[in-house]
Amino acid sequence: MWLNWLKTSGTTAMAALGTVKGSSNWFSALALGVTLLKCLLIPTYHSTDFEVHRNWLAITHSLPLSQWYYEATSEWTLDYPPFFAWFEYVLSHVAKYFDQEMLKVHNLNYFNSTTLLFQRFSVIFTDVLFVYAVRECCKCIDGRKASKDLTEKPQFILSVLLLWNFGLLIVDHIHFQYNGFLSGIMLLSIARIFQKRHIEGAFLFAVLLHFKHIYVYVAPAYGIYLLRSYCFTASKPDGSVRWNSFSFIRVISLGLIVFLVSALSLGPFLALNQLPQVFSRLFPFKRGLCHAYWAPNFWALYNSVDKVLSVIGLELKLLDPNKIPKASMTSGLVQQFEHTVLPSVTPWATVICTLIAILPSVFCLWFKPQGPRGFLRCLILCALSSFMFGWHVHEKAILLAILPMSLLSVEKAGDASVFLILTTTGHYSLFPLLFTTPELPIKILLMLLFTIYSISSLMTLFRKERPLFNWMETFYLLGLGPLEVCCEFVFPLTSWKLKYPFIPLLLTSGYCAVGVTYAWCRLYASMLTGPPVGKTKKR
Amino acid sequence: MEKWPWTAVVVLLALTVRWAVSLHSYSGAGKPPLFGDYEAQRHWQEVTVNLPLRQWYFNSSENDLQYWGLDYPPLTAYHSLLCAFVAERINPAWVALHTSRGHESPAHKLFMRTTVLVADVMIYIPAVVLYCCCLKEISTKKKVANALCILLYPGLILIDHGHFQYNSVSLGFALWGVLGVSCDWDLLGSLAFCLALNYKQMELYHSLPFFCFLLGKCFQKGLKGKGLGLLLKLVGTVVASFALCWLPFFSEREQTLQVVRRLFPVERGLFEARGSVLVTGSSQAPRREGSGRAGGGPIRSCRFSS
Repeated sequence: MWLNWLKTSGTTAMAALGTVKGSSNWFSALALGVTLLKCLLIPTYHSTDFEVHRNWLAITHSLPLSQWYYEATSEWTLDYPPFFAWFEYVLSHVAKYFDQEMLKVHNLNYFNSTTLLFQRFSVIFTDVLFVYAVRECCKCIDGRKASKDLTEKPQFILSVLLLWNFGLLIVDHIHFQYNGFLSGIMLLSIARIFQKRHIEGAFLFAVLLHFKHIYVYVAPAYGIYLLRSYCFTASKPDGSVRWNSFSFIRVISLGLIVFLVSALSLGPFLALNQLPQVFSRLFPFKRGLCHAYWAPNFWALYNSVDKVLSVIGLELKLLDPNKIPKASMTSGLVQQFEHTVLPSVTPWATVICTLIAILPSVFCLWFKPQGPRGFLRCLILCALSSFMFGWHVHEKAILLAILPMSLLSVEKAGDASVFLILTTTGHYSLFPLLFTTPELPIKILLMLLFTIYSISSLMTLFRKERPLFNWMETFYLLGLGPLEVCCEFVFPLTSWKLKYPFIPLLLTSGYCAVGVTYAWCRLYASMLTGPPVGKTKKR
Repeated sequence: MEKWPWTAVVVLLALTVRWAVSLHSYSGAGKPPLFGDYEAQRHWQEVTVNLPLRQWYFNSSENDLQYWGLDYPPLTAYHSLLCAFVAERINPAWVALHTSRGHESPAHKLFMRTTVLVADVMIYIPAVVLYCCCLKEISTKKKVANALCILLYPGLILIDHGHFQYNSVSLGFALWGVLGVSCDWDLLGSLAFCLALNYKQMELYHSLPFFCFLLGKCFQKGLKGKGLGLLLKLVGTVVASFALCWLPFFSEREQTLQVVRRLFPVERGLFEARGSVLVTGSSQAPRREGSGRAGGGPIRSCRFSS
């Protein structure tokens, strides 16, 4: 079978070259090319998420609705909102033509080549929604300043940055998840907002929330923007709100959409009195502050400082060894832990920190609206702030900020610079997800491919403006190379591997946390100092 | 369009596709007793590292030629020896005499696939990149496009990184030869082509054009002047490169003859088990499974590279 895929990929590449001269088939070539690459990645390593989704196929297919959120035969219980459960239900009706055995709940860890083929193809196929969303986003980009060369057009660069995004490729098509089509819905709703089709944008976002509730991170951006720039139909010349332009019809229509979507999603469970159970599955706060591998956020830096201080304290005999909690945050288990020196962090503390972090951007969106681009900037900041301060954040959540930011990166040099720093460090922080040896060349090659392309194309696009990086940023990004060599090649050969196995993970998340925090600060600065839309030239 | 970033992107894409293909299965996987070309290459490593050179091409109790006997020129044997040295350091069970027959494991597959990729990276890919860069009177975009086309050619990727062979070495050397003679580095070009020929005798297909082109160059320069000098230098280069590769096999006449017999097994008959599609398709003769070979023999896979 792979014989045919490869033959097609070769001929497609040649076809792509033939059409790259100026027709509009370059987009199809890019989309087809990456799809064929995804097909080649079918036999790669997959994580436990593969069994998670197989289990959900089984649950939704074999059991009635009333048991979906109660079923606990497998440890991978259903913890996504109802629309995703319905999505798995629809998939299961295709799966039954592949292999009926995978749809049996008690077939834990059921695996064979047919199951693998079906699951992988389901991810590849649903990515078509992502491809469509990218096409729509390209229409929202201002390409007037672009040169005649196709490869220097912002639309082309944006398409490559999104379609061939490294993070999405390895998380979806190797690790195994369905972020492609979900990101597609988000990008599509952003595109609709840009195109002033606010109702569609709101509808798509409401649907998205009921597919994966992690997108609630960016809900404040939608809420405030729609209220400020859609429900209030006009602004005063200085940018502040004109209170008498409030449109009740618009508010009601938005509210109706959100209500109807939520009713469709949660209604059946409300009728069965299962809402508390559903919510307990969706928001399991019993998990620890950090995932087994720390996402490169503020808490990673906090933990590192705590660890360093406790080691120093023990050495200088300032701390009593008996009083230190036995379980360590670095032992790799997902439980609740306490900090040693610095104050322990509770879920509510993280919620408050997150709210404080997103407030300035949300205020900016209200008091100094910058149009759809301001909305996008606020969305990215909400996603990034939630990543920085959230409870039990997964490193994959960085994609929530990286993908929308691609749209900003092809329009302004300052945004391109921040995007490159965020993307490179964010993508590098995903490396520990793929820890098997056969996948090592793939992750390094794909990372180099994406990084070299993104940096060189954006540098070419903005070559008439100031350089994208200063010397400090250049050194930091170049430092990722030696870090990878140390963690992946040198460290396993040292004697520390057995005694301190967590050191590579600690170094990776700590180093990347610095870059992510820096990008967050720069993005905030650009939002707070940007001019309001009334004072900028009309696009 | 910047040249070097785009070239880097093309090369990285080519390497990614190659490695992604190598994660799939190889020829003869899980099919005892003979397996396929993958086992043949592993067996050659076993033979070359365990036996003395004079036994490599001879049938003996230690070296059963019916089981994937060496039938490529000495340079392939030396390459197998080099890989075997590394394999022995990592895990001697991979190349242990007799006991490693049919050895299959994920770690071993990783090692074998890596050897193919390393050979590709060191010989074939630089030749392609340099060739495309040296093309005259075309834009950078077309050069990069050419490189992409050549590097993504499915036939070579499938055979080398999927089925399992080392065609990229001989083809790479042949391309270095083309580069050499095109840039007027005739001696280096002919040396490279001789290396290609000494890696796989199939390169004989390309030898006539090389011969005629270089001879034509000598005639052009005038056989009474510089042309003669060039001709003599070329003859010297060819003889020296062949001597270098075949020197250990010149110790006895029987050694040299045996190697030639293994390289050109004329007693085997017109068709191999899965011979060239063009030849079998155009001829009415039925395909014969390993016929004409004394005592039968292992079924060989298609020996024609792109």
